[in-house]
Amino acid sequence: MRYVDEFRDPELITRASEEIRRLAESERHYRIMEVCGGHTHAIYRFGLKDLLPSNVELIHGPGCPVCVLPMGRIDDGLAIARESNRIFAAFGDMMRVPGARGSPFEHKARGTDVRIVYSPADALQLARKNPEKEVIFFAIGFETTSPSTALTLMSAQAEGVRNFSVFCNHVTIVPAIRAILDSPDMRLDGFIGPGHVSTVIGCRPYEWIAKSEGKPVVTSGFEPLDLLQSIIMLLQQLKAGEARVENQYKRVVPWEGNRAALRAMAEVFELRPYFEWRGLGFISQSALRIREKYAAWDAERRYDVPETRVADPKSAQCGEVLKGVLKPAQCKLFGKECTPEHPIGALMVSSEGSCAAYYNYEYRKSLVTSITAVA
Amino acid sequence: MCLAIPGKIIELISDQHQVGVVEVAGVRRKVQLGLLADDLPKTGDWVLIHVGFAMSKISEVDAAEQMQLLSMLGEAEQAMEEVRGYGQEDGVSLREPDFRN
Repeated sequence: MRYVDEFRDPELITRASEEIRRLAESERHYRIMEVCGGHTHAIYRFGLKDLLPSNVELIHGPGCPVCVLPMGRIDDGLAIARESNRIFAAFGDMMRVPGARGSPFEHKARGTDVRIVYSPADALQLARKNPEKEVIFFAIGFETTSPSTALTLMSAQAEGVRNFSVFCNHVTIVPAIRAILDSPDMRLDGFIGPGHVSTVIGCRPYEWIAKSEGKPVVTSGFEPLDLLQSIIMLLQQLKAGEARVENQYKRVVPWEGNRAALRAMAEVFELRPYFEWRGLGFISQSALRIREKYAAWDAERRYDVPETRVADPKSAQCGEVLKGVLKPAQCKLFGKECTPEHPIGALMVSSEGSCAAYYNYEYRKSLVTSITAVA
Repeated sequence: MCLAIPGKIIELISDQHQVGVVEVAGVRRKVQLGLLADDLPKTGDWVLIHVGFAMSKISEVDAAEQMQLLSMLGEAEQAMEEVRGYGQEDGVSLREPDFRN
């Protein structure tokens, strides 16, 4: 019998931390990227950095869908929803995310009918209940949410719900990893692979990272001990000069992923030739659009989309932070103009963005310490 | 949106397409089971839910672990708000969200 507290047993955590110190060769500097924003949040929350030797560095990856969404997409989604017979439905996480002309929350104050839904299925239900209105669901997320949007679109088509459409912003994680590996100023030794995205896509899509790039990948759970174990598994491979994909999160992630979810995605979506990521720029084949077969439910085909482009503020160094070239606090705007309350850059927008996580856990803590010191 | 919420299947609704009632910390809501079509859960099984859709079957121990993890990450309240929001047919009224967890 395994017990829940096993993952936070201080003795096991100390032992894991010692094992990491033993495996890390003192003359090497290890740079390991955790791809997923949920991992970034857990790493800061549990203070895992303090359990690692100084030559094992964690680089925070692009796996926060709210953070990487270009501002112009928010403006576009809200622009098409402005007509009086339309409803803009989105997850709660989106409500305070600023577009160049304001957040969904601000548009609501200006008269747009904006609703929070917690599931795409509820956005469809909103359309069924309001046949005189057109409901536009602002879809966002990696592979943890895109299969749900796909099934919802399949239901809409099967039932012929004509007053429902999806403004699709779904992105896929693997091309973002490729873009980061291709970037010339980037040097990484291995990856902590995403947990919940991998329940859908499985572990195979990471194999090229091991085979062609020679970097180990370990998909990981979110507990302190999961993350430490994943780092141990990566260091063991690096020590042995190996590069394989391993699954630390076997209790939730099947190697082959979730086939029903993958089928639904393949039925409804196809890859866009390219898509813009905040902080990373245009990445080819990195996002999903709705297939022709479901064109009647595709908000981008149904409505005139202004195709707003908003450049990231030049002073914000989100791209460098995303690629791990800079730490959050090294950005000129961090904690000054750019805070979780008034985000300027992408990574401050959501609690899973590395700047917001750093601000909430490290920066606030250091402020308290310095205030106490002065007092 | 990125939360994985553990829930127990209380009831399978036969007249609806792949829908079940789950219980999360005492709150019961309908969730979609279509993404588990290849291996539909039974009453009493535990699942991880993303945006109102059960995404994977997990053990009871893993479910308890996930709930504890959410609370350690300061996300339990947000998760329960999400669960309570499932099936709100008119959408949920807007209030200023707390971005500091």
